[in-house]
Amino acid sequence: MTVLPQTTEKKLGLVIDLDTCVGCHACVISCKGWNTENYGAPLSDSDAYGAEPVGTFLNRVHAFEVQPDNGAAAQAVHFPKSCLHCEDAPCVTVCPTGASYKRREDGIVLVNEDACIGCGLCAWACPYGARELDTQAGVMKKCTLCVDRIYNENLPEEDRVPACVRSCPAGARHFGDFADPDSNVSRLSAERGGFDLMPEMGTRPVNKYLPPRPKDQLTCSDGAAPAGVVAENPGGFLAWLDKALEKL
Amino acid sequence: MHPAPSIIIFTVLSGAGFGYLALLAGAHGTGHIAFFQFALGFALAVTGLVASSFHLGNPQRALRAFSQWRSSWLSREAWASLAALLCMAVVGAYAVFFGQPLPFLALLGSALALLTVLATSMIYAQLKTVPRWNSALTPLYFLTTALAGGAILVGWTRLAVVALLVLGGIQIWAWAAGDRRFSARGHSMATATGLGGSGSIRLFEKPHSGQNYLLKEFAYDVGRRHAAKLRVISIILMCLLPAVLLVFLPASLPVIILAFALHLTGAIVSRWLFFAEAEHVVQLYYGRN
Amino acid sequence: MNQPFVDTSPRVSDEIRKTTCYMCACRCGINVHMKDGKVAYIEGNRDHPVNRGVLCAKGSAGIMQVNAPSRLQAPLRRVGPRGSGEFEEISWDEALDIATGWMEPLRRKDPSKLAFFTGRDQSQSFTGFWAQNFGTVNYAAHGGFCSVNMATAGIYTMGGAFWEFGQPDWDYTKLFMLFGVAEDHDSNPIKMGLGKIKARGARVIGVNPIRTGYNAIADDWIGITPGTDGLFVLSLIHCLISAGRVDLDYLARYSNAPVLLEDGTGMFLRDEAGKPLVRDRKTGKITAFDTPGILPDLAARHEGHRTVFQHMADMYLDPAYAPEAVSETCGIPAERIRAVAEELARVAFDEAFEIEKKWTDFRGETHQRMIGRPVSFHAMRGISAHSNGFQTCRAIHVLQILLGTVEVPGGFRFKPPYPKSSEAHPRPHFNSRPDSPLDGPHLGFVHGPEQLALTPEGTPARIDKAFTWENPMSAHGLMHMVIANAHAGDPYRIDTLFLYMANMAWNSSMNTAETIRMLTDKDENGEYVIPRIIYSDAYSSEMVAYADLILPDTTYLERHDCISLLDRPICEADAVADAIRWPVIEPDREVRGFQTVLIQLANRMKLPGFTNEDGSPKYRDYADYIVNHERKPGIGPLAGFRGNGDQAGRGPINPEQLDRYIENGGFFVSHVPDGAQYYKPWNMAYQNWAVEMGILDAPQPYLFQLYVEPMRRFQRAAEGHGELQPPEHLRDRLRRTMSPLPDWYPPFGDENVDPAEYPVHALTQRPMAMYHSWGSQNAWLRQIHGMNPLYVPQKLWETHGFQEGDWARLTSAHGTIVVPVALHCGLNENTVWTWNAIGKRKGAWALSPDAPEARQGFLLNHLISELQPPKGDGLRWSNSDPITGQAAWFDLRVRIEKVDPRDEAEPALAPLVSPVGTGPQNIAWKVGK
Ligand SMILES: Nc1nc2c(c(=O)[nH]1)N[C@H]1C(S)=C(S)[C@@H](COP(=O)(O)OP(=O)(O)OC[C@H]3O[C@@H](n4cnc5c(=O)[nH]c(N)nc54)[C@H](O)[C@@H]3O)O[C@H]1N2
Ligand SMILES: Nc1nc2c(c(=O)[nH]1)N[C@H]1C(S)=C(S)[C@@H](COP(=O)(O)OP(=O)(O)OC[C@H]3O[C@@H](n4cnc5c(=O)[nH]c(N)nc54)[C@H](O)[C@@H]3O)O[C@H]1N2
Ligand code: SF4
Ligand code: SF4
Ligand code: SF4
Ligand code: SF4
Ligand code: SF4
Ligand SMILES: [Mo]
Repeated sequence: MTVLPQTTEKKLGLVIDLDTCVGCHACVISCKGWNTENYGAPLSDSDAYGAEPVGTFLNRVHAFEVQPDNGAAAQAVHFPKSCLHCEDAPCVTVCPTGASYKRREDGIVLVNEDACIGCGLCAWACPYGARELDTQAGVMKKCTLCVDRIYNENLPEEDRVPACVRSCPAGARHFGDFADPDSNVSRLSAERGGFDLMPEMGTRPVNKYLPPRPKDQLTCSDGAAPAGVVAENPGGFLAWLDKALEKL
Repeated sequence: MHPAPSIIIFTVLSGAGFGYLALLAGAHGTGHIAFFQFALGFALAVTGLVASSFHLGNPQRALRAFSQWRSSWLSREAWASLAALLCMAVVGAYAVFFGQPLPFLALLGSALALLTVLATSMIYAQLKTVPRWNSALTPLYFLTTALAGGAILVGWTRLAVVALLVLGGIQIWAWAAGDRRFSARGHSMATATGLGGSGSIRLFEKPHSGQNYLLKEFAYDVGRRHAAKLRVISIILMCLLPAVLLVFLPASLPVIILAFALHLTGAIVSRWLFFAEAEHVVQLYYGRN
Repeated sequence: MNQPFVDTSPRVSDEIRKTTCYMCACRCGINVHMKDGKVAYIEGNRDHPVNRGVLCAKGSAGIMQVNAPSRLQAPLRRVGPRGSGEFEEISWDEALDIATGWMEPLRRKDPSKLAFFTGRDQSQSFTGFWAQNFGTVNYAAHGGFCSVNMATAGIYTMGGAFWEFGQPDWDYTKLFMLFGVAEDHDSNPIKMGLGKIKARGARVIGVNPIRTGYNAIADDWIGITPGTDGLFVLSLIHCLISAGRVDLDYLARYSNAPVLLEDGTGMFLRDEAGKPLVRDRKTGKITAFDTPGILPDLAARHEGHRTVFQHMADMYLDPAYAPEAVSETCGIPAERIRAVAEELARVAFDEAFEIEKKWTDFRGETHQRMIGRPVSFHAMRGISAHSNGFQTCRAIHVLQILLGTVEVPGGFRFKPPYPKSSEAHPRPHFNSRPDSPLDGPHLGFVHGPEQLALTPEGTPARIDKAFTWENPMSAHGLMHMVIANAHAGDPYRIDTLFLYMANMAWNSSMNTAETIRMLTDKDENGEYVIPRIIYSDAYSSEMVAYADLILPDTTYLERHDCISLLDRPICEADAVADAIRWPVIEPDREVRGFQTVLIQLANRMKLPGFTNEDGSPKYRDYADYIVNHERKPGIGPLAGFRGNGDQAGRGPINPEQLDRYIENGGFFVSHVPDGAQYYKPWNMAYQNWAVEMGILDAPQPYLFQLYVEPMRRFQRAAEGHGELQPPEHLRDRLRRTMSPLPDWYPPFGDENVDPAEYPVHALTQRPMAMYHSWGSQNAWLRQIHGMNPLYVPQKLWETHGFQEGDWARLTSAHGTIVVPVALHCGLNENTVWTWNAIGKRKGAWALSPDAPEARQGFLLNHLISELQPPKGDGLRWSNSDPITGQAAWFDLRVRIEKVDPRDEAEPALAPLVSPVGTGPQNIAWKVGK
């Protein structure tokens, strides 16, 4: 199993819009909630009410600051990150047990927890920090792309999307099939310049990120007051007002 | 990377054990001596393997690790070590009980032992995510460490001295080259985040204020000065002192034991640095620039 | 090779129970998935008008909240000294006996000796009704320390405010300008709206000293100096008026811009019926503003009286408001101010659009279409939590009105039951008598000095001094002054302080350590200065330790609640809506819903409103009250499913109402009819529908109040006119701050201290994933925000030579704290900030005493006093807006110094004894195995 499939029928994944993400962590917690109750062992928390709480999360939101070279104000970017379901997933090939695998039908990278020995090697091999070993269950945890939601016949059709996508209040997360060039995600990515994380790693991530739009672009048209008609009106404000009211 | 004691001990002891076993194939001990030699080799190799299971989340499923030899170096390591141990068990048994060398099997066993060390090293060397490791120097470093330790134990002092000096050279080379490799590969916060087309990037807030598995595992930080000191200590202990001992003192059991003890201590320091100094690219998401 | 089998269709749950979230006041609809009778998973309800399926981090973490180890277990009676945390568990009967034993005698003699103050609960129409029937004048909710500036400025200006009263027209707006918001109560709707705007590629401008969250995704960020937004906005108004880029037609028809001001007095010219007068531009006649068919004339002059609009031009065309003049104070380059003004005008006027929809206004004129001006605004506590917040918020509303963007397509729209002019709201009632109910609701809107809550001697009638000359328009009371005033006996002493759901011994108090001292202070007889404290909380908060009697509440999934049109409903601009909570799980502890407890207390005391003629109780519990209470005939707490289930708004009591709500997903929604969605204050289709729904008693169209005449009344009093005169020490301040057209004055925080000594502004922000103090008991959320550094801008960072891991001492005129620092570049260069309410007292919330929240986490509140620094006049000047009494949290100025690193923030108060122990070490929460 550890060998990667040559191709997958679908390439399911996420588009994450960095221009829209407000960093609210809703996706983080809804992911925790769904995946604690569903796929495999619960995502546990150690020292939960103590000095150093450490829990397993499949999705975390970082915050970066970008200081433009031109001296403009620093910008903040909230940056959610979960498994990118790489086409060339190094986490899969290193796995000694075959617990890690990439599904042929949809490209989802999964861990079969019954086979996982918890060696941690796949987490070492992932450049993106997308895998976390659950210390209580001793098995590797990672984003399942909510494989137990997206096909789930017990859910209404419209709910067959990942928990994080469904809950994201800003609509910054989109789910779809990148193998289909006409899918929502393929089009969004093409329109908005979707990019890969650490392309130099050669992992060929399926998930794409949309860049923040350019910021702080507002400028005065001519540096002057926006056409100071009132101030310049020879009769002063009242004369201007009368004229303007006539025109209504 | 987090320098987990279990992994350091595993790699150093089993490395020395397999290095020793590999050379034992050419040391024609018999009877008690052979028993003692093989027992030591097995003890080192197996202690290492057992130690390695301490860091498994589910060691009871360890047998599954044999399944992926086609793609996984860890799986290959499992096979190679098992095969090497089996082979050497037969060779050892023959030497102990029948006083008979089995040259062909011994050669095979020794190759398998070295393959085991190579496989172990490839687990690290294959990781593009840890540029410091991701180089041919890593298997070289592992193999020479194993052979040097093995040579000391076998008592082939001349070979041991040469191996120790070569090891010293490779170690220094690995450090020097490793120090530059992360940036040479072009990994940066800019490639990690895709941001910063025309600006500099910094981490503003970690995703969680507390700890997580990734930080514990991958974000180990050794101070530069601290590391430099340890590098000197490790070269002295691992290579120079044992070499000096072996050159200037007559080969005797106490000398060998002393040399090996020094070497092993140095190797542990070196291996600790191997992990502690290795930067995983995931740190780029946690503020490393 | 074979892939392992994955069950891609596992059963999600046994049952879904739909109710309303309560991890904040946004009140989203939730689907609670149940397995084996236990909560297994919580997700958003797709049909719900508020959140349409999405859910924030807190909402999704609800399962960790209802199972939190910090939940109180049973009623508690204090046995050790206050603050010791020594309690004994008692039965509910005992608890109710004790409470009635304390309260009943007060009611018979002087009901106002009971001060009943509630936090951010969502049942104010009920708790207020209870207090009214008890007869005390001392009742309010948390609005005074929260956002009363917002609510009041909005209602006096345009009959509704930002916050929960209205929302941008997210579907059409093309430019959204956001002032001083980190999260707000409209949490999910704002994010959904931002998402919609972004998907369309429309623009967002964020005005905020801090660039995170919403401001991070704003296309343009205005990193304003705190407390100067009013000046910035008036400068925008200056630019727009001088460029003639204002919506004259809109102003003439819908605002009081054409109303004539009496020369000299500045009062409206009125006809005999008291209606403000305008000149009809068609006929030249002076006539009432609402005369059918007229077109009021902005340029009118009549016997020396001029229109409001001309007074505005006089005021705002003054070069003092030119961008160049305000730039330095606001910390914004002049060109940028002009650029924003230009963009506002460009989008409002050049991108105007029309919707083909007929509507008829209150003057009888039918308009063929609706003109869209796709500029919308939202503002919150960054504006309101300053001592000039009321005026600043007014300025923002005036700017919106000048652009013609309120209640038009693409602009800002009210949510029913708003709009509702300030005239249509009640006046405050304060006539407390022994053994009788108050003659009306406590809170309201005053329109002149004669409506102030003053005793015949002229002293404050209320413990919090609301509705006095100190803060005449304090429509929500001043909860932040209650403990301090009660302790000081100013204006008088009370006997029992009854608090509900407000962590007053911690994050909701200014001056926390001193507040704790006041709560435990004893008089010369060894009696507590505040003799009795009753408190209802659901969790082991810091405040619990300071009460004498604890009435433990249920969690939000264990009780009935009613999010009512009488209060703060869940309506949308297009719909009227309300909602309930119901016990989707039964409590496993000796706890009771607080509202039910109030009913049980009312029944024991036989409070009027709660007792039938024959002395029997009217209501069994809160659920009974929700269904059977009527405010007016046919109007009850819930508007939906009245009568036999098909009547909305008005209708007879329906005994099955709650079941119908539950079947419907926990809420009720009814859409505003076609043609009534916009221009609501003047649109007769809306006005008539509002009457049908019971929102209004009769159509009440009104004009937007650019000029607020009630303020002029107070200002005139301060100028010496009229019989009721302010005390001398307040005269100047009233004259200056009560400007009937929005004006800017520096926040008191800037005037009270030497800016050279305290050069830095210090602020807090709500973290999106935490709700005040109670997120920390949530095992999942506390991992995100377990401690809070003080964020320092780059320039200060470098000046002080800070490094990662450093600590700083922060000193205000009032106090000192020592805290960890971190660098933040996207930050106004004279501002530091931290996340709000992350710091915890050791021993609270069932956290272990070495929790990071209790070690590195800290509160800024220690630096903020409830009083302004003494002025040498012996008077206690509250740290509040002089108009509304809004707590001025963000006026804070500090100085910062580097100190040696340490591992605990200061002050480190002594640990509390936990009444619930500490939570378990490890958790792995899975209900279905
Ligand atoms: N520095 C600074 N301080 C501030 C602010 C700021 O911006 N900066 N903001 C201010 C504002 S706007 C506000 S609104 C206040 C908020 O301050 P508080 O209202 O004190 O905030 P909470 O921490 O939510 O405390 C409410 C209490 O309600 C309890 N509680 C929670 N759920 C329930 C329940 O179901 N039933 C009952 N009975 N109790 C419950 C909690 O356990 C907690 O003890 O803080 C104010 N303080
Ligand atoms: N997640 C979450 N949601 C909440 C709450 C919570 O605790 N957590 N609390 C709820 C409550 S009680 C309230 S009152 C609301 C409050 O919601 P918000 O109004 O968003 O309140 P704050 O988080 O205090 O944010 C105030 C913002 O104003 C900015 N600011 C401060 N001073 C100025 C100024 O002078 N000018 C400008 N332009 N900006 C300024 C600050 O930087 C900050 O971004 O949130 C509610 N929603
Ligand atoms: S839920 Fe959406 S907006 Fe919030 S952090 Fe996640 S991606 Fe960003
Ligand atoms: S993101 Fe990491 S875990 Fe996911 S497929 Fe790629 S390498 Fe594997
Ligand atoms: S931790 Fe589990 S999934 Fe990962 S490499 Fe080891 S066995 Fe495979
Ligand atoms: S797709 Fe599912 S598992 Fe993956 S991050 Fe989103 S919620 Fe978590
Ligand atoms: S915004 Fe979040 S916490 Fe508030 S009600 Fe909605 S889901 Fe609950
Ligand atoms: Mo608030």
